[in-house]
Amino acid sequence: MSSAQVPHRYGPYGGQYVPETLMPALAQLELAWVEARASEAFATELALLARDYVGRPSPLYEARTLSARAGYPVFLKREDLNHTGSHKINNALGQALLAKRMGKPRVIAETGAGQHGVAAATAAALLGLDCVVYMGEEDIRRQQPNVQRMELLGARVAPVAAGARTLKEAVSAAIRDWVENVADTHYIIGSAVGPAPYPAIVRELQRVIGDEARAQILERTGRLPDRVIACVGGGSNAIGTFGAFIEDEGVELIGVEAAGEGLETGRHGAPLTAGGRAGVLHGSLSAVLQDDDGQILEAHSVSAGLDYPGSGPEHAQLRDSGRARYVAVTDAQALAAFREFARLEGIIPALESAHALAWLLENPAGELDILCLSGRGDKDLAEVLSFSGPR
Amino acid sequence: MNGAERIASAFAATPDRAAVMPYLMAGFPDLATSAEIGEACIDAGADVLELGVPFSDPLADGPVIHAAATRALAQGTTVADALSLAERLAQRAPIVAMAYTNTVLAPGADRFLECLAASGVAGLIVPDLPYEEGEELAAAATAAGIALVPLVAPTTTPERFAAIGARAAGFMYVVSVMGTTGERAHGATDLGPLLARAKAATAVPVAVGFGISGPDQAVAATVAGADGVIVGSRLVRAAGEAEDAPREVGRLVREIAEALSGVVA
Repeated sequence: MSSAQVPHRYGPYGGQYVPETLMPALAQLELAWVEARASEAFATELALLARDYVGRPSPLYEARTLSARAGYPVFLKREDLNHTGSHKINNALGQALLAKRMGKPRVIAETGAGQHGVAAATAAALLGLDCVVYMGEEDIRRQQPNVQRMELLGARVAPVAAGARTLKEAVSAAIRDWVENVADTHYIIGSAVGPAPYPAIVRELQRVIGDEARAQILERTGRLPDRVIACVGGGSNAIGTFGAFIEDEGVELIGVEAAGEGLETGRHGAPLTAGGRAGVLHGSLSAVLQDDDGQILEAHSVSAGLDYPGSGPEHAQLRDSGRARYVAVTDAQALAAFREFARLEGIIPALESAHALAWLLENPAGELDILCLSGRGDKDLAEVLSFSGPR
Repeated sequence: MNGAERIASAFAATPDRAAVMPYLMAGFPDLATSAEIGEACIDAGADVLELGVPFSDPLADGPVIHAAATRALAQGTTVADALSLAERLAQRAPIVAMAYTNTVLAPGADRFLECLAASGVAGLIVPDLPYEEGEELAAAATAAGIALVPLVAPTTTPERFAAIGARAAGFMYVVSVMGTTGERAHGATDLGPLLARAKAATAVPVAVGFGISGPDQAVAATVAGADGVIVGSRLVRAAGEAEDAPREVGRLVREIAEALSGVVA
């Protein structure tokens, strides 16, 4: 019945497991996206905003101390330097422009760490769209500065009290809002998850990270990296970074998930690393934390942005095919890396990115790495300082 | 009789009024009470029972049924418990299970359908499985003798109506409002045209759900052409609030059944 113009499936993963009410909206979104992608005006507007508003291209920084520590050059893709402080703005701006094209005056978003919520609120403010951001009550507690930012930007932050009051429930609440208000509302999903065409849209809007990084590393070093490393919650910065390198067979792709209190405890956010049966969460089939009855389990991570029991469907396929490798880093390792990296390099990383850094610090190898520093860590100060640790 | 036939005869058995189709959540407020609620619904005149299998992340459900599922799970209700309950109630009325995709996939779709059939369940509604994703399950359900009941919504396009209607088994579930399950002060405004489109698209009966909470909305749905009315959140709320939940749910179901008597489109 539908003639898919963007990928709906990644191997067995992906699909559109949503209530019937949403199916026409997904078809409309797909059509709008295909038209926008072919439109020079859309491309130009997005490119100009990316340059002048977001500050792209983001630098590729050869990390001085980190490189000395690793024993070879490590380049950081500085998404933390974007306007709003993370890679999330790449996707939020693109989708907000898409909402405008579709004539939808209202946008909704979910947020975990608050980075996507801030990005969506920012894009909505810029483009004159009403914006509601769903956020779990636990995350509202963990990420107060971002809540205040969103409100300053004119968005309404809607607290979500269900379940563990974190990202999973925020996504569910946003989807329920969308089912009710689909006629005038676009759902700006924040990661490479959800029903098709969302994983494809988010991947393409984040692809700018990898495209820039690939051109920059070639220009700077004349070669491709041995490894490309990125943290994975839903997996949008990772898929955006990996996307440009998938065809480069010699480049190893490494996604770093949250091992929380440890994979063996079951209290983690690492469905790709942990393996197990695929499941359906938030509209697509992918790696997911679940029990034998198919009940979705709560994820656990000190990082609100990685505290999610699902993962993007393309990551599941990349794992199965062996093209990418997924590993996991505990809360304790990430917190230590957060502090260590701040002193080493003079950059306070987002707790999410600190997972990728922690893995790299413990696993240096090869001759040239690129790591996506997906966001900055100002938002995490209160949370990190509440944990005792080496000072 | 297979599931589709049992559902068809339940609709045929009430020629003078629309079929009354209460929804209950397995394991809410607890497993034993949910069994009594099911019995009370049948005593009160229910023609078909819709049995919710609790799921952790029910995207199509509003706050009342979501909370009921959460509580049922917190008390340890399993899919096996829900199936045992279905088996008990299926002795007296056709049961249509409402389960989310991940619940169906967990043991494998074939195995899940086998278990439904073994429990005497007549039909299955999967609210997050749209037409495009449902082809395999529809075929497997037919083979297992289970009617896979599809949903249509106010946003469903004519093209989709035709495809969904052609594959429908048991009945067609018309979501009468935009949104998740839940009580609403006002019923759907354009129900007549929506039901007309549904009926034109399918040979099976057409039942209205989402947002029907009392006799007035049930009567309005029938006048608009519904062959059956599904009442969910109102009954689930009563199951959670009433001191004698089975008695109160039974009273509400009887009220609707009586209001519908003699009302025809």
